[in-house]
Amino acid sequence: MSVAKSQDQWVVVGTISDIPKLGARVVRLEAGDIAVFRTADDKIFALRDQCPHKGGPLSQGIVHGDRVACPLHDWKISLNSGIAVAPDEGCAARFPIRLEGETIYLSLQSSDVAA
Amino acid sequence: MAKERLVVIGNGMAGIRTVEELLKLTTDAYDITVIGEEPYGNYNRIMLSPVLAGEKTIDQIMLNDEQWYIDNNVRLMKGQRAIEIDRVKRCVVTQDGSVTAYDRLLIATGSSPFIIPVSGNDLEGVVSFRDIKDVDAMLKAAADRQHAVVIGGGLLGLEAANGLIQQGMSVTVVHITDSLMERQLDEPAAAMLRKSLEGRGLNFLMGAQTEAIIGKNRVERVRFKDGTEIYADLVVMAVGIRPNIELAKLAKIHCGRGIVVNDTMQTFDPVIYAVGECVEHRGLTYGLVAPLFEMAKVCANHLAKYGIGRYEGSMTSTKLKVTGIDLFSAGDFSGNDNTDELVFQDASRGVYRKLVVQDNRIKGAVMYGDTIDGTWYFDLMRDETDISDFRNNILFGQAHLGDSGHGNDNRVASMSASAEICGCNGVCKGDIVKAITEKKLFTLDDVRAHTKASSSCGSCTGLVEALLAHTVGGEYSAAPSKKPICQCTDHSHDDIRSAIKEQGLKSIRAIMDSLGWKSSDGCSKCRPALNYYLICQWPAEGLDDYQSRFINERAHANIQKDGTYSVIPRMWGGGTSPRELRAIAEVAEKYQIKTVHVTGGQRIALYGLKKEELPKIWGELNQAGLVSGHAYGKALRTVKTCVGREWCRFGTQDSTHLGIELEKMSWGSWTPHKFKMAASGCPRNCAEATIKDFGVVCVDSGYELHVGGNGGIKVRATDYLCTVKTEAEVLEYTAAYMQIYREEAHYLERTAPWIERVGLTYVKEKIVEDEANRKSLAARFIESQKYMQDDPWEERAKGGDKHEFEPMKTITPHKETVEV
Repeated sequence: MSVAKSQDQWVVVGTISDIPKLGARVVRLEAGDIAVFRTADDKIFALRDQCPHKGGPLSQGIVHGDRVACPLHDWKISLNSGIAVAPDEGCAARFPIRLEGETIYLSLQSSDVAA
Repeated sequence: MAKERLVVIGNGMAGIRTVEELLKLTTDAYDITVIGEEPYGNYNRIMLSPVLAGEKTIDQIMLNDEQWYIDNNVRLMKGQRAIEIDRVKRCVVTQDGSVTAYDRLLIATGSSPFIIPVSGNDLEGVVSFRDIKDVDAMLKAAADRQHAVVIGGGLLGLEAANGLIQQGMSVTVVHITDSLMERQLDEPAAAMLRKSLEGRGLNFLMGAQTEAIIGKNRVERVRFKDGTEIYADLVVMAVGIRPNIELAKLAKIHCGRGIVVNDTMQTFDPVIYAVGECVEHRGLTYGLVAPLFEMAKVCANHLAKYGIGRYEGSMTSTKLKVTGIDLFSAGDFSGNDNTDELVFQDASRGVYRKLVVQDNRIKGAVMYGDTIDGTWYFDLMRDETDISDFRNNILFGQAHLGDSGHGNDNRVASMSASAEICGCNGVCKGDIVKAITEKKLFTLDDVRAHTKASSSCGSCTGLVEALLAHTVGGEYSAAPSKKPICQCTDHSHDDIRSAIKEQGLKSIRAIMDSLGWKSSDGCSKCRPALNYYLICQWPAEGLDDYQSRFINERAHANIQKDGTYSVIPRMWGGGTSPRELRAIAEVAEKYQIKTVHVTGGQRIALYGLKKEELPKIWGELNQAGLVSGHAYGKALRTVKTCVGREWCRFGTQDSTHLGIELEKMSWGSWTPHKFKMAASGCPRNCAEATIKDFGVVCVDSGYELHVGGNGGIKVRATDYLCTVKTEAEVLEYTAAYMQIYREEAHYLERTAPWIERVGLTYVKEKIVEDEANRKSLAARFIESQKYMQDDPWEERAKGGDKHEFEPMKTITPHKETVEV
């Protein structure tokens, strides 16, 4: 069986200071954007930039605590799990992040969807 | 650190609600034990009436089944009665002799039905109406017996009587006075209620005092003071309740009619709290569910050592839980020498409304028949709103004040299950009722979270609240006495604004720290509000917190459903030029803009723009002199005008010039919600100034100023403020009006609801009658504008906020095929 796999498992996408605190930036891919978030305490998370509700770009939302509020209809998505905060239901795919000092490494293989 | 031990005496709605609120705040502060007398989990006591009437089953009214206690690590000692509190050793002794130690104790023992002291009150077949056991006894009697007598024509008695008649018994209600529910209803409403209940087959014995209950083993007859007797197979005592305070008294905890508590729900022994029907707070006891939930929240807050929540008493309203009978009562409905009564009565339609008014404030309300406006009257009463501006229409309800969405025929009870309640999210009545019953929802916020109804534009909030009241049951009271800004805090908008001003708070962090925010950095609701309040209070200090703004205000464009953006350049007073139009046309072609659309605010919108192209597009528009129209902001939007005296044969003043001047003065200002203006050149009003936040209608003698209009969710025509003589005065009044709205309205409150809340009279007092105040408001507006009037598009076209518009990284894929 053959599958297409990105050559580099870990890609350098920038440094922590590229993303504002309580903000997000987009990593642009042909397969669709990935949103990279930074919390108040400098934790970094990455999710598919699509709200499970109506596909709103989560990177444009307001980050608070370990959640982001979707800009279209204010669904709250947990950054850690990608899961919508109850009672809403749904999930945005997660992408692993590795930090080396200030440098952010992103894996383009989602940890949720089979590759 | 070892957990403290919290013991709760009472497994009812108040006690468990407090535990639930506490668990929401912290799960590791306490080991919790609940001691309950009944052999069940916690059930919704106010729903016993529908159970009796056969409309619900016991399972349907369970709030917390036994699994809930297990799941939440709460130890439940069910079927056990606490008999002693040892305050020295800090422990509770239960009937079986076991001893449970506590660090903090919560007493939530509720109340008991009052049993009238007559002979025979202990015979078989004499019951009260308080718990599942009573309901079982009544249902059993109904199955094989005929005559029921309900003693007490109050709320509970009538609900019991209604239930029993549904179960096929013949029912007589015995009441000591001549008027039913005399503590909630005046005589006309009581008479209408009685007539309607008689129509359902209930018998009434009014002014009858019970002397004895007669029978050998089981009740057979009831005898009255006048010597008459009636047959009875079942007697239900529903003459009132009294707080259960024996246990507290025994432990020498100070009690009046109830267990006396302070504003943090602590008894005179500060490690012992009390909530619910057993307490006396500021001299009052409560028997309704809304106050009890408010107490639970405050108590949990204190137990969790959070914040400074205080319970300041509740204003309550009553509804009767009898299907098909709509009745509402709140406050002081009988009035006195200083009050006026406003009455509407239509006997053949079965509608009655009475408002008791003092100094143009509602003090009390009684409604029968059509109660959809009960919530509105209750809000007006609670907020002490000055009603003088709409006093002549108030009895006809809110629909007559311009709520075009919902006419007064929309009684929720009579609506079909498929009737759409929330037009924004497509939620119908059936969905909401189902969510309320199945998910056991009690509050508007719960319903919003689960169904999305009322969570977008909010125009159906009144209907949802009415539906909630109707479904949850009578004692639901719509709004808490103080509405917190969001779930991160218990503080209201007004609390926060005054704290910012008085304590000189200058950052969102400082506000959250000073007021004890419950979340680490707020949420998408509170942060934009706090950011606005800071900018408004301290305009010169550059406090804007970029990450606390909604995306539209960060990107200076409007996000659309597909993630693209739209932009609208400013066209001053609705005017444009060939040069501007050419620039727009060139941009539209060059960037292959899909949709070019003329807006309702006399401007041109470009849709479908990619975010990263925005700065370039703005740069090109800037070159033709076009700047941001702030169509994305809670800010001054447009000033719509007609061509006025310059062209029109009817024009009385130069409305176009005036509109441009207004826009030049006010553009760039941030406001609590969007703010639209218009100036019409004559009373034909072609610029539609009377549905704007601020409108000017030119007349021959000067300029009429109109305020608080809205053409959106709820169409509301403006209120007339005053007439002025010169353009300079128009500008001053506009600045003053915008500033008072900026300083006093709640974030996301348009001028229309704001004016309805504070009253036109108030605005007139501050702006028209008080010249010094007007001038100082206007001066503050002009001062603030000094820091606001930079074109945000130009800044970004020159490279500002690059991170907002550019991807962090673009990855072009190199793919290879690998064998697995």
